[in-house]
Amino acid sequence: MLSVRRLNAAYGRAQILFDLGLEASKGEVVVLLGRNGAGKSTTLKTIMGLVRPLSGEVAMEGRMLTSMKPYQIARLGLGYVPEERRIFTDLNVMENLEVGRQPRREGAPHWTPERLFELFPNLGRMQDRLGGRMSGGEQQMLTIARTLMGNPAAILLDEPSEGLAPVIVEQMAATIRSLKREGLTVLLSEQNLHFAHVVADRAYIIEKGQIRYTGTMAELESNAAVREQYLSV
Amino acid sequence: MSSSAIAIQFLNGLASASSLFLVAAGLSLIFGVTRIVNFAHGSLYMLGAYMAYSLVEYFGRTPLGFWGGVMIAGLAAGLIGAVLEIVLLRRLYQAPELLQLLATFALVLVIKDFALWVWGPEDLLGPRAPGFDQAVAIAGRAFPEFDLLLIAIGPVVLGLLWLLLTRTRWGTLVRAATEDREMAGALGVNQAWLFTGVFALGSLLAGIGGAINIPREPATLGMDLSIISDVFVVVVVGGMGSIPGAFLAALLISVIKAFCIGIGEVHAFGIDFSFSKLTLVVEFIVMAIVLVIRPWGLLGRPSAVARGPGTVEDPLRAPPRPLLAFGAAMLAILVLMPLLSDAYTLVLLGDILVFALFSVSLHFIIGPAGMHSFGHAAYFGLGAYGAALALKHLMPMEAALFAGPLAAALGALLFGWFCVRLSGVYLAMLTLAFAQITWSIVFQWDTFTGGSNGLVDVWPAAWLGSKTAYYYLTLALATAGILLLWRMLYAPFGYALRAGRDSPLRADAIGIDVRRTQWAGFVLAGLFAGLAGAVYAFSKGSISPEVVAIPRSVDGLVMVLLGGIQTLTGPVAGAAVFTWLQDTIARNTDFWRATLGMIILVLVLAFPRGVTGMLRRRFMREPA
Ligand SMILES: Nc1ncnc2c1ncn2[C@@H]1O[C@H](COP(=O)(O)OP(=O)(O)OP(=O)(O)O)[C@@H](O)[C@H]1O
Ligand SMILES: [Mg+2]
Repeated sequence: MLSVRRLNAAYGRAQILFDLGLEASKGEVVVLLGRNGAGKSTTLKTIMGLVRPLSGEVAMEGRMLTSMKPYQIARLGLGYVPEERRIFTDLNVMENLEVGRQPRREGAPHWTPERLFELFPNLGRMQDRLGGRMSGGEQQMLTIARTLMGNPAAILLDEPSEGLAPVIVEQMAATIRSLKREGLTVLLSEQNLHFAHVVADRAYIIEKGQIRYTGTMAELESNAAVREQYLSV
Repeated sequence: MSSSAIAIQFLNGLASASSLFLVAAGLSLIFGVTRIVNFAHGSLYMLGAYMAYSLVEYFGRTPLGFWGGVMIAGLAAGLIGAVLEIVLLRRLYQAPELLQLLATFALVLVIKDFALWVWGPEDLLGPRAPGFDQAVAIAGRAFPEFDLLLIAIGPVVLGLLWLLLTRTRWGTLVRAATEDREMAGALGVNQAWLFTGVFALGSLLAGIGGAINIPREPATLGMDLSIISDVFVVVVVGGMGSIPGAFLAALLISVIKAFCIGIGEVHAFGIDFSFSKLTLVVEFIVMAIVLVIRPWGLLGRPSAVARGPGTVEDPLRAPPRPLLAFGAAMLAILVLMPLLSDAYTLVLLGDILVFALFSVSLHFIIGPAGMHSFGHAAYFGLGAYGAALALKHLMPMEAALFAGPLAAALGALLFGWFCVRLSGVYLAMLTLAFAQITWSIVFQWDTFTGGSNGLVDVWPAAWLGSKTAYYYLTLALATAGILLLWRMLYAPFGYALRAGRDSPLRADAIGIDVRRTQWAGFVLAGLFAGLAGAVYAFSKGSISPEVVAIPRSVDGLVMVLLGGIQTLTGPVAGAAVFTWLQDTIARNTDFWRATLGMIILVLVLAFPRGVTGMLRRRFMREPA
């Protein structure tokens, strides 16, 4: 579904990603784990075309994304939810959703505001609220809902649990699981190992821009040495 | 004033506000989405007026002919805007802000000569609007029907824009892109077409703004720059990117202007004061006040400033050895020039030296200090007028030569105090405002500055009278000034300036008083621009308000940007190339502006880092 091969990326002269590779098959939830500054966000941004790679390939369902612009990638059915949420603060909930709207896509779940309000009941109760007047948790829901309006086949979620209260984190986990049930492929980045265990099938561990470990969540569970080396703070 | 006179002046103000609002709303929309400060917006307004004039003449002076002409002129302006966006500006969204500005200014030059070529130099006043050519009685006075119509057009357009922006998908996308265009792109919004659309709409508004004005004001070749400074003021006063803000500001400024005209001469405390003369500056005074009280405009928001495109400047390097040797050789050649060349070349070289000093002083505040000044001509002009007036009233030429720069430094001390409180586009606009205020004082104070005629008989002392002697004086002063300014950049003061530019907060934290440092930098730049102005005045023997006018400020910007902002020598090279080009082109074609504009456009597209940036990359094997 989504495959990344030998990806190198840099900001100016500082190279951040080194020969990075990963795969996610259809309907799979894959988590990218790593400490602060490991390169998780950069990986997702590069896949989305927001950072130009120095070299390497990104492909989705066999189509090369590498030289495409972000809007073209989005229209191919890859959704992106940034770490900083980037809600349009001057636009209300309905308008934020409208910006994300794209035509219906074969082989991907079809979303309407009504369906999204079932998934995120809070949003349904504040349709006219300006994005800038929402709490962090509400904004996090909105940013995911907004991306889903593009009817993506796969989505990139950058640290969805970051800065959320425990209750909301639980809701977020439930949301991701129900997206998986819809058949969506999910690649998310995380630092919260517990959250990752609840939602993901498989994990990659990234450190200093390189993949250091890959395995199923069960394998990672039983490998204390790896967790100790790359994830403990 | 009687109450009926007040009512009429108020209505007059409202009538002129409409066209101003249309143009300003267009500029605001374009800036909001593309972050480009589009100088050429005024040119589309001008084209709108000229095209409407021709179309109405062609269709005949019937209601259908008039309104059809106005609409088609507006649509044509929109189309031209779209083409310009696709062909030119689209390539520049990633370029530094100042380079974009340079490109749009080059467009101004090209379009101006295009209009000259098509419509000729005469002012063209359109017919009265058929069907609205009568006057109605209001408060016992005759008031043109057409003006009543104009009064209605402003709010109607405001309402339509509001509907478009809040009730349509396109409008929602525009507002989203105004806030965060990268995120909009990641959600599947094709920015390219959105930007083209916004440019077309903005240009259409500018075109209609120009077209509906032809019954009141003639189409002229100067209207592009005069409207652009007006709408900059309106947009800044209203708040960048805020359409209701632009409406409010257009009303405020037009009404105040109308009252200044209405009040006319006033005698108070034994002094005659002419309010009508104030109209040229009153908008800038309003802007200066608003910016000091609300730095982001009446209805704007602070975030608009913070979200500006942050470009990281390369660090300034110490000049490498070969460059020093090259500089020494150039200097030697310049010293020998009087032996080698004719009088004409010597005068041209003198001009180049003067403008080299001028552009180095401008670069000093734009580059290392990071303060984008659009009004550097103010200090050049203060230097020139200061020197000329000192010579006429007070002192011999040798002393007057230094009184000029001092006057300029005093001006910079005053204006700089306000300017260092702002940054980005707002700072640029405030510097423009101060330059415009200086210009209109010079332009209007007939008894002191000679008004529009300027001052004549400003000749150097006898021993400096020969072309050669004056050339050496120019060479000595310009070289000394340039070297001093450069030397300061490598002194602690220069480091403090750059620290303040790159990270004001951190600079503050290590004990640099950023504002004070910037203020000092502003005054120094003013001082040396003033020196350039003083030397210039004596080299010509006469000066006119042109030395303070907007084109002079823009010339300085063009020189700095042409040379490349990241290099020290860039401004000198830029001044040389620009002055020489201007001279050569002006001698060989009637359309020197268009030629110059085309050359600038080619250079900008080919070398987005400036000419010296390109040379440096090529010959010093620096990475791009
Ligand atoms: N815009 C940028 N310009 C320059 N360097 C950057 C930029 N963004 C990130 N970096 C650097 O790239 C490296 C990787 O950053 P990235 O944001 O990808 O890490 P991350 O794994 O997402 O961290 P976090 O968990 O803190 O979000 C860091 O060293 C960071 O300082
Ligand atoms: Mg991150």
